[in-house]
Amino acid sequence: MRPMKFRAAAAVLLAASALAACGDAGSDDEGRDVSAEEDCDGKFEDGSAMADWSESGSIRIGHKTDQPGVGFQGATDDVPSGFDIEMAKILIADLCIDPDSDDVKWIETISDNREPFLQSDKVDLVLASYSITDERRAIVGQAGPYMITGQQVLVPSDSDVESIDDLKGEEVCSVTGSTSLENVNAAGAKGVGADDYSECAEKVLDGTYPAMSTDGTILAGLAAQNEGELKVVGEEFSEERIGVGYQKEEAEVCEWINGVLEESFEDGSWEDAFETTLGPSGVETPEAPELDPCQ
Amino acid sequence: MEAIFDNFDAVLKGFGYTLFLFLVCAVVSLVLGTILVAMRVGPIAVLSRAAAVYVTLVRNTPLVMVFFFFHFAGPKIGINFNWVDVHVGGFDFTSAFSTAVVALSLYTSTFVCEALRSGVNSVPLGQAEAARAIGLPFTGTMTEVVLPQAFRASVPPLASTLIAMLKNTSVAGVFYLAEALATMRGFTKDYADQRWGILISFAIGYIILVEVVSLIAHRMERRWRIA
Repeated sequence: MRPMKFRAAAAVLLAASALAACGDAGSDDEGRDVSAEEDCDGKFEDGSAMADWSESGSIRIGHKTDQPGVGFQGATDDVPSGFDIEMAKILIADLCIDPDSDDVKWIETISDNREPFLQSDKVDLVLASYSITDERRAIVGQAGPYMITGQQVLVPSDSDVESIDDLKGEEVCSVTGSTSLENVNAAGAKGVGADDYSECAEKVLDGTYPAMSTDGTILAGLAAQNEGELKVVGEEFSEERIGVGYQKEEAEVCEWINGVLEESFEDGSWEDAFETTLGPSGVETPEAPELDPCQ
Repeated sequence: MEAIFDNFDAVLKGFGYTLFLFLVCAVVSLVLGTILVAMRVGPIAVLSRAAAVYVTLVRNTPLVMVFFFFHFAGPKIGINFNWVDVHVGGFDFTSAFSTAVVALSLYTSTFVCEALRSGVNSVPLGQAEAARAIGLPFTGTMTEVVLPQAFRASVPPLASTLIAMLKNTSVAGVFYLAEALATMRGFTKDYADQRWGILISFAIGYIILVEVVSLIAHRMERRWRIA
């Protein structure tokens, strides 16, 4: 009996170490270091949302997990990574909170639940490739934009498709309920809606759909993840203005966000964040966008 | 509520897909379920075992996983429905629709099988013995004597199964089919300020569809009642 037991134990140990090895995969993608500001005494007006976050020392950020380079979190990653996340870190650091500490609660939001999460106070800020629209501004606050991107097309590397115009009447994958899906339909293709962008890329890879479409930055990230198999083509055929979402009743938050964004444009941290996250996937760093004035 | 009224054609189209999916899957899973139950109660041990294993396996798998298999694992091992390309009116019945039909029908047929089996069990043993005594083979016994009575007895559980299936069509909305749920999610994103109205309108849509199915089941139950 004894050797058997030993063998079983050894097998369990082996399996456990194999699992542990899996856990390490992908965590080398750390992003840039952002350290918290030191002195927040009297920095924010008493009773404002920023003062609350700064004093309690914790904040909840809604982010995406399925967009490499923009907002991504693998199943085994402790914290997300991407441009949205770097921008969130810059905001968090301004509150004298350490962006890498456990005081920051990273909460996954999908396209469809960003407004409900803000409205029901499940998150404080949303940085989730969140394009600014009038309908959204009616119920939540949106500051920014901190990035302007446009929709392009992602196709297999050996595809002849050169732009969305080559896809008239064809099925093109995007995410259910995203503005991208509407733009696809408006361009004459037939939009099919998936649950997340990685799934769409998978369906383009296995040949079910000839192409997928959404913001160029997200596509570049996906193309970089599947290098040699997928490519981004075509001119941008829409304009998405990516901003930060906040709870509507906290009007002072907008001024603060715009202030921090402006500062990051000037001191080069915005550019730096862009280059470390989206640079490797081949997106050229654009000019810093013009911020909307707070209403 | 303008979101709903201004885009009523999109709402109808979404429920159109839901309805088509329901009708096709209802037929396929009723046929498959009947074959399964015949195998299960039949005299051939191998078939009976195979049907039992199939029912246990598929019934115990979450529907989303069945969908997931046919969408992501299937294509990797050569099971895909990319060759389906039917367009009727404004509706596209392509790979998303066919995959949904296959996943949903395979799943629902196991529940149909079990509902029917409870019906078969309610048929007195003497009926089948009498049928055999007058020389009917197994198929004859099943189609002439047992199944008609079994169907009658299993109308209520079958109706529940079909109603559950009608609501399960919404899983297809997550997998590329622009049925009612997917349409709703498009609306809630575009008209974030009208979320409640949109949710309630689509819930009412589902309630109406389910009521129609319940009504038909009720009619059948009354018509086939033992006098």
